[in-house]
Amino acid sequence: MRITFKDAAHLIRLVIVVLIAMAAFAGLRSLMVPESFGQYGHYRGNALEEIRAKPVSFAGRQACAECHDAVVEAKKAGKHVNIGCEACHGAQAKHAEDPSLKPTKPDTAVLCARCHEKNSAKPHGFPQVATKDHNTGMACGDCHQPHQPKL
Amino acid sequence: MQEAVHAVEGFLYPNEVELQWSILIVLYPYITGLVAGAFILASLERVFKVEAVKPTYRLALLTALAFLLVAPLPLQLHLGHPERSLEMYLTPHKSSAMAMFGFVYLWYLMVVLLLEIWLDYRKDIVQLSQTTKGPVRLIYKALTLGSSNVSPGALNADDRIGYIITVIGIPSAFLLHGYVGFIFGSIKANPWWSTPLMPIVFLFSAMVSGIAAVMMLYIVTTWLRKKPLDMRCVDTIAKYLFYAFVIDFSLEMLDLIHRIYEADESFHTLDFMVHTRLFLSQVILQIILGTGVPLACLAATQLWTFSEPVRRKLYFTSGLLTLIGIFAMRWNVVIGGQLFSKSFLGYTSYKMEFAHREGLLAAVALMILPFLLLWGLVKLLPPWSEHEAKA
Repeated sequence: MRITFKDAAHLIRLVIVVLIAMAAFAGLRSLMVPESFGQYGHYRGNALEEIRAKPVSFAGRQACAECHDAVVEAKKAGKHVNIGCEACHGAQAKHAEDPSLKPTKPDTAVLCARCHEKNSAKPHGFPQVATKDHNTGMACGDCHQPHQPKL
Repeated sequence: MQEAVHAVEGFLYPNEVELQWSILIVLYPYITGLVAGAFILASLERVFKVEAVKPTYRLALLTALAFLLVAPLPLQLHLGHPERSLEMYLTPHKSSAMAMFGFVYLWYLMVVLLLEIWLDYRKDIVQLSQTTKGPVRLIYKALTLGSSNVSPGALNADDRIGYIITVIGIPSAFLLHGYVGFIFGSIKANPWWSTPLMPIVFLFSAMVSGIAAVMMLYIVTTWLRKKPLDMRCVDTIAKYLFYAFVIDFSLEMLDLIHRIYEADESFHTLDFMVHTRLFLSQVILQIILGTGVPLACLAATQLWTFSEPVRRKLYFTSGLLTLIGIFAMRWNVVIGGQLFSKSFLGYTSYKMEFAHREGLLAAVALMILPFLLLWGLVKLLPPWSEHEAKA
């Protein structure tokens, strides 16, 4: 049996409904997708500007070395030479900007264990201790020098 | 995190301690599998002209729709921010297999299932739009799209387009669930998942679960409606369930034999896991109760002649155990794949929450929801009137 135009009228209505839905989707898409999307990749291009506009938290090693050259010298001879100052002291951009803002001294009882707590997954040559047996509540800094970690 | 550490045995990398994919991710392949399987059963009648399964044709389509509507909910609940899910359509990410699933889903829902149901039900919808009263009439009116043409010519057009849609629908159903298997199978970092057999194993297990689900629904709804069960129909469904199950079982055995013979570096870890943490869900539930027993029951019905009540009981038992077994299979894939460490030196365990966004309560609610939707769909579009009128 041949399908006449009249017999297919409801199918044409369906096609129209689908086309309206697709047009609505296209309209929604143009409203909802940010203009800069896809400018550099699968993200909003403007996001880069927004991130750049955020205040900087870290000052960087060079900024620290400008005033704390003695510590930098001391570190050179120790195993922590490659560890950035702010890795232990926290983000210090505000302090670098205004040296009168004194940062809090890190608590070595907590800080050192972050890397040196004993764990069988760590390489054998890496210095590590079970803190609860090793120092019985004492701060590591009482015996060790963090900038030149020796006894 | 501190609690999770206690569940660790041996050595795990830090990112492996907590299981990220919960029971909701178990539900996702389970539900999509039921959709694909139910649709394939419906296509048996439409495309392959298996007339005996006609009483379940519409029920299978509505079952597929009810489950398909629920399929994305576990993912949205797992990820949080369901309002963001629309973004995968607005800004499609072509290199993400998971993001592209949105399009596979949309294709299957809009182009295959809704269209096929609409074309098949159009005559009923037009009749109901003229005979019903109240707000439900408006729904039927809207569904007619303003055309009440149910002349033989128009119905012939519906039938021909419907046939084409079903033919397109079969590979689409394969794609829907094969794709879910592909998402797991393509995770090369996880030896429990990473196998090219995964999509095809998922596909056949989907067929098994979907066919079993529709068979169970047909038996239960007929009993609830106090109507006589069409045993020729149930016998035929059980026969196809048996065939699909044999293929599914063979594929899973092939995967197992391959793993045992290959015995790569992950083998001992996985083997230990199956014999310990997954023993109940894999060996007992999936293999013995969920595969061995139903296969034996179905094989018995093919080999010997049983009376109708005995066959009914055998089919019901097989269907129920199959659904439990396939759920266990999804559990073992999703949860099992996260229990061992990539170092092959340690294991973690999964502790399911109860009243939590990803807990047991949410999972149970998500499994009840498709049945409520199906109840609503059955009320709106009765699947059995035509068949019974003929009978």
